[in-house]
Amino acid sequence: MKIMVFIKQVPGTDNVKMNPETGTMVRTGSNNVINPLDENALEEALSIKRQVQDAVVTAISMGPLSARKALNEAIALGADAGVLLSSRAFAGSDTIATARVLSAAVRKLGGADLVLCGERATDGETGQTGPMIAEMLGLPVITFVKRIQMNGDRAVVERMVENGFERVEVPFPFLATVIKDINEPSFPTLAGKLRAGKAEVPVWGPVELGLDNGKLGLAGSPTRVVKVFSPKLARNTRLLKQDGSGQAVRELLKVLREKEVI
Amino acid sequence: MSLQEYRGVMVVAEQKNNKIHSTTYELLNWGRGLADKLDCGLYCAVLGNNVQELDELIFRGADRVYHVSSPCLENFLARPYAAALARLVEEEKPEIVVAAATTTGRTIMPMAAARLETGLTADCTGLDIDPVERILLQTRPAIGGNIMATIKTPFTRPQMATVRPRSARQAARDTARRGEIVAKHYDGALFSTPENFLAFVKDTTQDVNIQDADIIVAGGKGMKNREGFKLVEELASLLGAGVGASRDAVDLGWVPYSHQVGLSGKTVAPKIYIALGISGKIQHLAGMQTSEYIVAVNKDPEAQIFKVADLGIVGDALEVVPQLIDQLKSIKANA
Ligand SMILES: Cc1cc2nc3c(=O)[nH]c(=O)nc-3n(C[C@H](O)[C@H](O)[C@H](O)COP(=O)(O)OP(=O)(O)OC[C@H]3O[C@@H](n4cnc5c(N)ncnc54)[C@H](O)[C@@H]3O)c2cc1C
Ligand SMILES: Nc1ncnc2c1ncn2[C@@H]1O[C@H](COP(=O)(O)O)[C@@H](O)[C@H]1O
Repeated sequence: MKIMVFIKQVPGTDNVKMNPETGTMVRTGSNNVINPLDENALEEALSIKRQVQDAVVTAISMGPLSARKALNEAIALGADAGVLLSSRAFAGSDTIATARVLSAAVRKLGGADLVLCGERATDGETGQTGPMIAEMLGLPVITFVKRIQMNGDRAVVERMVENGFERVEVPFPFLATVIKDINEPSFPTLAGKLRAGKAEVPVWGPVELGLDNGKLGLAGSPTRVVKVFSPKLARNTRLLKQDGSGQAVRELLKVLREKEVI
Repeated sequence: MSLQEYRGVMVVAEQKNNKIHSTTYELLNWGRGLADKLDCGLYCAVLGNNVQELDELIFRGADRVYHVSSPCLENFLARPYAAALARLVEEEKPEIVVAAATTTGRTIMPMAAARLETGLTADCTGLDIDPVERILLQTRPAIGGNIMATIKTPFTRPQMATVRPRSARQAARDTARRGEIVAKHYDGALFSTPENFLAFVKDTTQDVNIQDADIIVAGGKGMKNREGFKLVEELASLLGAGVGASRDAVDLGWVPYSHQVGLSGKTVAPKIYIALGISGKIQHLAGMQTSEYIVAVNKDPEAQIFKVADLGIVGDALEVVPQLIDQLKSIKANA
């Protein structure tokens, strides 16, 4: 069984900058981590690998050469192999341009029985890439997945929806995007780290993937950032101190009465 | 593609059990505003199996309702829904397609965009038209809600966006409005997919779906522990309110993720939002700052949450909330 996991390297916290000219994100390269939900996706792949015979887990990431670090981490965590998709031509990709590259990698690897993505990444926060990849590969897709139960040549999958969850039965191959509830990511082992140190991670660009530059990067992205600005907040705040007089609570009750809550 | 061929604004109705969900009326409100600015028609795409009461969509602003009806769309499965949407868009060629940023919209819109090879902007909180270019301007929070970005889709059509539920009011109802309902029947092959829908299981930890709640009582790390968080739940139950939470409260396991409010949780806009022991980081604010009236209780007078609060109480929530609960109980007892 071939399991492929898409992991994106994202800025740790609060160290992203915008290029004011193109409106795209500038990645500083330091303090980058694996997108948290992608760790869940990887964990799920490893857990499935433990349940079936002959499963091979490949972690794939598109990003600058420094994203190799994320793939090494994935191997240290238990992935069998990593592939880095990196090229100048990929810079400035929006989700559709990204999905073109990622789906091409699955094709080059001869297809997958299971593709796992995070439901969304903490930087772009779009959650679009997974369903787009599935569409491009012609795979069924289950989004917002919180449970995957293996059952021979198929799986029973639970997906979170607005006021509960849905249970869907799906034969392999398919793509799932996972949410946090699915599992608890584990830590790398010493043996894993040793393996990661020795692992060769191939780097593929448009040539290896057989992609046309016109469909890639900023040039291949249908969306454009027009401007970025700071959100404005501010209301006429009335601040009260809780001073033991009970006045603050009385005021709050008054508001609730005015609003006809009580 | 010739951009001129595309005309009209299409919103994708949100339905559950083949009944229209009220989020659709918010979409129609967005859509009507855009269609009026562009001086074009507003279409509503309904995907499902014999969805009822389509007239209501016209009363709420649609000029034409397209109902793609099939037994294959009885329950939600991503591929049949996305295929139906993409087909309808190919046939009708709207210049703009807007859906709700719900689990449904967030799944089928990217699939349709990939099929149509056009741009899609996720989770918008604002939509407008650039009067010069006649182009859609899509505004959304980015980088953890720290900034807002405005995005456009200049070269391809349609221009696609999902919008956060509760980021607009519902369209007003006018029963005198007239429009057209068009039934679309597609060949079963379009919907074929290997997966089977088995069941929907309701979440019993969530008596009130917070996105539908008029009042939300939300707790954060300031509630100190699971015991403290129970005060949040008790107050909510006394007020008939939904229970919300910051990400920290969820991460600490005090309450399930389905209650998380914010950038990576739900967006809510109730009449009253009561934030207890929540610092008000931008990612939390991104999910609640459009609430009508915001009350905050926090020990720290400098807490960011006070910047968006209408009424702020500087104090210990573990004292304020029990007092409030006592008072509410005695008000109830005397009523
Ligand atoms: C990409 C990204 C996405 C995120 N998405 C979300 C999201 O969807 N939702 C979300 O909430 N967060 C989100 N966060 C996390 C967010 O940045 C904050 O870390 C989180 O909101 C803080 O939760 P909190 O306010 O409960 O905790 P804290 O920030 O620790 O605040 C606790 C507050 O309680 C006050 N306090 C302490 N004791 C008391 C007491 N006894 N009485 C009264 N007040 C007291 C303190 O003064 C403090 O202000 C996200 C972060 C990132 C990077
Ligand atoms: N550059 C990338 N490299 C690898 N995986 C990615 C990349 N971008 C997105 N993904 C995958 O798509 C998911 C959703 O990302 P996004 O659509 O950016 O929110 C992530 O959790 C990853 O699994």
